[in-house]
Amino acid sequence: MDRQRCRTLKVLENRPVGQSEPASRFFELVLEWPGWSRWTPGQFVMVRPDWGAELTWARPFSICRADERGLVVFYQVVGRGTERLARVAPGEEIAVWGPLGRGFAVEEDTPTLLLAGGIGVAPFVGYALAHPAPEKLHLVFGHREPLARYPFAAFPAPVAKENWHEQNPGDLQSFLARVREQVAAHAASGLVLACGPLPFLRAVQAMARDTGARAQISLENRMACGVGACLGCVTPDADGHRVQVCTHGPVFWSDAVNLDPEKPS
Amino acid sequence: MSAPDLSVRLPGLTLKNPVLTASGTFGYGLEFSVYGDLASLGGFVLKGMSLAPREGNPMPRVAETACGMLNAVGLQNVGAEAVIREKLPRLPWRETAVVANLYATSADEFGELAVLLAARPEIAALEVNISCPNVRHGGAAFGQDPEQAGLVTRAVKDRAGKTPVIVKLSPNVTDIAAIARAAADNGADMLSCINTLTGMAVDLERRTPRLANVFGGLSGPAIKPVALRCVHQVRRAVDLPVIGVGGIACARDVLEFILVGAHAVQIGTANFTRPDTAFRLPGEIAALMDKLGIQSLDELRGTLKA
Ligand SMILES: Cc1cc2nc3c(=O)[nH]c(=O)nc-3n(C[C@H](O)[C@H](O)[C@H](O)COP(=O)(O)O)c2cc1C
Ligand code: FES
Repeated sequence: MDRQRCRTLKVLENRPVGQSEPASRFFELVLEWPGWSRWTPGQFVMVRPDWGAELTWARPFSICRADERGLVVFYQVVGRGTERLARVAPGEEIAVWGPLGRGFAVEEDTPTLLLAGGIGVAPFVGYALAHPAPEKLHLVFGHREPLARYPFAAFPAPVAKENWHEQNPGDLQSFLARVREQVAAHAASGLVLACGPLPFLRAVQAMARDTGARAQISLENRMACGVGACLGCVTPDADGHRVQVCTHGPVFWSDAVNLDPEKPS
Repeated sequence: MSAPDLSVRLPGLTLKNPVLTASGTFGYGLEFSVYGDLASLGGFVLKGMSLAPREGNPMPRVAETACGMLNAVGLQNVGAEAVIREKLPRLPWRETAVVANLYATSADEFGELAVLLAARPEIAALEVNISCPNVRHGGAAFGQDPEQAGLVTRAVKDRAGKTPVIVKLSPNVTDIAAIARAAADNGADMLSCINTLTGMAVDLERRTPRLANVFGGLSGPAIKPVALRCVHQVRRAVDLPVIGVGGIACARDVLEFILVGAHAVQIGTANFTRPDTAFRLPGEIAALMDKLGIQSLDELRGTLKA
């Protein structure tokens, strides 16, 4: 068994992506290669800079890519943790444990639809790079910020990709209509994978239910430990049992989880 | 100078070192076995278990706070029988102390749990949780009333046979010494303190509580001063070994609790901060003792000049 799964890794790069006005809040963090023997796209890492006692938890990030160049995650500055992370300089060392959880299914011969909302595009970069038949992949990407702030250009050429920039009211509906069309097109013999904000995942879940498509969705619940111990990240499964997203997911078959808001019991 | 002696002798139980992990922060141990050798710990306390499975409280159940966190997990667990069947056989119980943490809503139910768990060779001790702030029945209610605390302690002790009984105290009381005395008078072999402090956090923009349960239990470095105070008071009130819990994150914290009179400690929230925290501690404690010229924990224990 690999006993070295919590490592202290050196930061190689940590810089905003697509810098322009107003300042980009999207960052690419490159860490030295952790020497993993294997990982699956869709898995995540817990990351904790040496930021002192005030911020108690590490932060979970999906793995964007991992190769000899290093371990790469994309993140958006949204709160105290990511604000502090954005200030970490190259050369500093941070604690990293992973790869954690269950990643996306890879089916070589199956046309696979990648549905990404916002920063949810990150794990699909590694997915596409590792896929044995990238020409089978079709990415539909919806985003609010300028395209240059996301790792959209990093997809290998054989991947069919389209992006939908949400700027005006109504754009979201056109994007969702396109998503629905593609889910339906992949329903009979394809595979649908989705990563993005919860309302988007709910929509994809409903489309998969309606069309009978096989779909997987990646959840991003609040996490304290990332290893299944704190029971803080749970989501109800199809039978109503609360299961840990960090170990049973973060990627679930869409009919295996209930994404409706929980009512207090 | 020879390597410092980290062993701890407790009633019915000897630990190779004073580092245990706290209930609810270390799963069933197995979750952490890739981050270190479970057998290198003094012991670990299993997630709180009840007779019947419990689904716990709705989400969100955890919130990060300054130097700590709130949780309102509400004792979600698979039930004692499933723990016995599925988890215990996989634990390295011959090499380290596996402690069962018990939760029930009546003294009778506590007794039933004690019968089930004390019969298991894998279980080195029972820890009675009369201090959980996140459940509506039982939980902290038992830990806030000396009479109830005494009844529950007695119910467990009478059915535990030779298995030592640890009673886990709540800081959410006016007089923790009174509860400690009640537990001691009713057969507790040891006490652990503390469980979490009741607290809350709110979201100003949304005008909502951060936990679905509104209240939760505060843990982490923020509560260490409270835990030290409780250990100090309890040690003065009763002549039982105390296991210190609350905000312990490094070797210095551990030795501070020993100085105040604790026999051993439990590491809780620090397991989330870094999953190998507990595994690194025995070595770091030995190094710090070496530096301070302390040969054994016995030599340090309870020597606070106060
Ligand atoms: C997420 C979480 C779950 C917990 N579950 C239990 C439990 O099931 N039984 C129990 O006796 N204490 C439970 N506790 C309390 C801890 O065991 C410990 O007493 C407390 O967290 C203080 O220690 P710390 O500051 O090192 O975390 C839990 C604490 C946390 C943070
Ligand atoms: S984050 Fe702790 S159980 Fe999933």
